[in-house]
Amino acid sequence: MIDTGTFWLVTILLGVLTWLIRFSFLGLLGGRELPDWLLVHLRYVGVGVLPAMVVPMVLWPAATGGAADPMRIFAAAAALYAGWRFGVIAALAAGMMTLWLLQALTG
Amino acid sequence: MSTRQRQVFWQGFRDCSPFIVIVIPFSLLFGVVARDAGLDVFQVVAMSAMVIAGASQFTALSLLADQAPVFVVLLASLAVNLRMAMYSAALVPHLGAAPMRLRVLMAYVMVDQTYAVASNKFEVEPQMPLAEKIAYYFGSITVVCIPWYLCTFLGAVIGQAIPPALSADFAVPVCFIALFAPMLRSAAHIIGAFVSVLASILFQAVPWNFGVILAAMLAIAVAAQVEFWQRRRAQRKAS
Repeated sequence: MIDTGTFWLVTILLGVLTWLIRFSFLGLLGGRELPDWLLVHLRYVGVGVLPAMVVPMVLWPAATGGAADPMRIFAAAAALYAGWRFGVIAALAAGMMTLWLLQALTG
Repeated sequence: MSTRQRQVFWQGFRDCSPFIVIVIPFSLLFGVVARDAGLDVFQVVAMSAMVIAGASQFTALSLLADQAPVFVVLLASLAVNLRMAMYSAALVPHLGAAPMRLRVLMAYVMVDQTYAVASNKFEVEPQMPLAEKIAYYFGSITVVCIPWYLCTFLGAVIGQAIPPALSADFAVPVCFIALFAPMLRSAAHIIGAFVSVLASILFQAVPWNFGVILAAMLAIAVAAQVEFWQRRRAQRKAS
């Protein structure tokens, strides 16, 4: 059982602190002109963060107890190719369909 | 809002709408798991509304259920959200000039989907006026946030798990892939993503999820160097 007091303490603090993380630069830097070298770095935040989030979920999925699953790796590769070539909807469709298809084929 | 802004709002809404298919099962799942962990419906919805960050909510929930100390729960969950500081910085050149009250609201609804979809749009169309960028951002978040609240509530009320055969957990990595794959427009972006993948494997053992932050910083630095190098080369050719 989760203690009610602990739950609210954690939830409120997590909410406030997460908002502060999100607000941080956008809130405090505001409309200030940023130097060019920094702008160049900021352009690559997405390709820096998102693949690093994906890799552990694909290579060591919690659903298999952390054991590598070749079907998930293959499905992720299919999603990546489809997304790169055709965009968001193709990535979502290719990723899930490939996994379901492989699971169905291998029973 | 002007007609043009309204158009751009709906454009953001449309561009982000494919992610509904991910947000719905993910938020339903959170509702179900949170009820199973012993929270009541109001607590489940309150957590989703206050935090709006699924991965960190799952982290907090499992540590709370394990009776971990409060500071451990907070530290682990906040580490998952630390990447959003980078999103916040990356949005400054586009949205930083917006009025303070809007930036307060933008921060509240900043999630992976809105960041990725909006920043990708702003990179491709940098000449977009501020008012339209703001409208686009809020359009893209509306389509994610409202299903997030509703389906957490539904998951908590219905309390029925999604069939395991659907492998709903795999929707999360597929969602992140769908977010960054369209960003791979230049050599620098592709090299950055490649470094991010390699570094996250290398830093896998780093505790508290900080491996992701380290991998991201390394990838960003390398990608920026690639762009600087390309610029120098273009200059040499021109002169």
